[in-house]
Amino acid sequence: MARPPDRRPGHSRRRQYSLFASYVIAMAGALVGLLLVIVAAFDPTAFSALRAIGSETTRAFSAGLSGLVSGIGSIDDEVVAYWRAGSQNAALRREVEANRTRLIEADAIEQENKQLKGLLQLADSQPYQVANTRLISSSASSTRRLARLNAGSGRGIRAGMPVLAAQGLIGQVFFTSPNTADVLLITDPQNVVPVRRARDNIAAFCTGRADGTLEIRAPNTGSNPFHPGDIMVTSGTGGLYRPNIPVAIIVRTEGDLSIAVPLANPSRVEVVRVERPFQPALIAPPQSAPE
Amino acid sequence: MAREEIRIARDRSPLRMIGTPYASIAIGSLTTALPMIAQAPLLPPFGLLMLLGWRLLRPELLPVWAGIPLGLFDDIMSGQPIGSAMFLWTMVLLVTELAHLRLVWRDYWEDWVVAILSILFCIGGGMLFVRLTGGGGSPLLILPQITVSILLYPPIARFCAMLDRWRLP
Repeated sequence: MARPPDRRPGHSRRRQYSLFASYVIAMAGALVGLLLVIVAAFDPTAFSALRAIGSETTRAFSAGLSGLVSGIGSIDDEVVAYWRAGSQNAALRREVEANRTRLIEADAIEQENKQLKGLLQLADSQPYQVANTRLISSSASSTRRLARLNAGSGRGIRAGMPVLAAQGLIGQVFFTSPNTADVLLITDPQNVVPVRRARDNIAAFCTGRADGTLEIRAPNTGSNPFHPGDIMVTSGTGGLYRPNIPVAIIVRTEGDLSIAVPLANPSRVEVVRVERPFQPALIAPPQSAPE
Repeated sequence: MAREEIRIARDRSPLRMIGTPYASIAIGSLTTALPMIAQAPLLPPFGLLMLLGWRLLRPELLPVWAGIPLGLFDDIMSGQPIGSAMFLWTMVLLVTELAHLRLVWRDYWEDWVVAILSILFCIGGGMLFVRLTGGGGSPLLILPQITVSILLYPPIARFCAMLDRWRLP
């Protein structure tokens, strides 16, 4: 292709000046962009009003489409379930039998727990639930791991609230607009969840790796007490997440680190629940938390 | 020849002639509103690809400062820190301007190389900005996105050319 008509202004003063001005504007705009990023480095939720306009305007579109395509994410599971229907049925029956007795035991333990809590006067008077809603879109092209909820501050959702699915923890609310809210998924490196191993009480911290997996770090370095297959639940430390929400299952260990996958896959969950923080007095909002 | 004459005689509204590139780039940025909950950055940056498609097809259409409003819109939609695409896209526009002045004969391949360099710069820079603001992850994460974007550039350039034929009388 030959050279396209270029911008060289020739001898016209007017054209020379307007070309020069366009470069100046472009450079100034680029600098403003850099400054905005630097501001965002200190205050990640800065300019959320701008984002709110964007999320409010695209909400109807995202929510409408997500209603149409829900279930596509789990289509492979459905096919496999058909394929293995017979053997799966038998296995599930055995599991149900085993679980029934354990459920009865758990009921008894729960009763006992209530009585003991009553003795200690440790009643949770308020229910945790704030709103039930759906995930409608996400930051699919960015290395940031944000997902958008189809409900916002109009339904009582506030920044910092935990977001859960039936299978486990999803993340925490990052910022809100009247009808939408962005959730910082637990797979984002900025999100740190205090966890413990479900079967005993070994505490650890769970951080996202931005690729859909999590890293579990035990507080004392040098030894890694975790093994593949261990299930991690929230410990309740820090006051944001209430205890015993399922978080992740460890898939492999790498020295001091353990790599885990979240139990709740945000691309497959249908409905999520926003809850109020466990002990609001203990926590600061996420943006002012130290790195 | 007769067909050409009819096409020239037809009128196009200025909105259609000037607005098509901007609108198509903004629609590219809007693909993040699709209802997919991604666990990794997998969706190619369609806004950037459309920008490159238009820029390399018709360098005279977009002024160098067009990256400021378009980038701001992309930032609002993509979840990147605000200002990230504003900076990166404007730099791409400035550098492609230089490339137009330097490369006297440009061909399909030269365009693709310029596009590849721009994609690497924007996706890499975007990740750097995210790391600066507290997110991040391994740099390997963006490799699939970069690969898909590079492979998607030629079809997107053809698509821009199609839009250009529709846009012009």
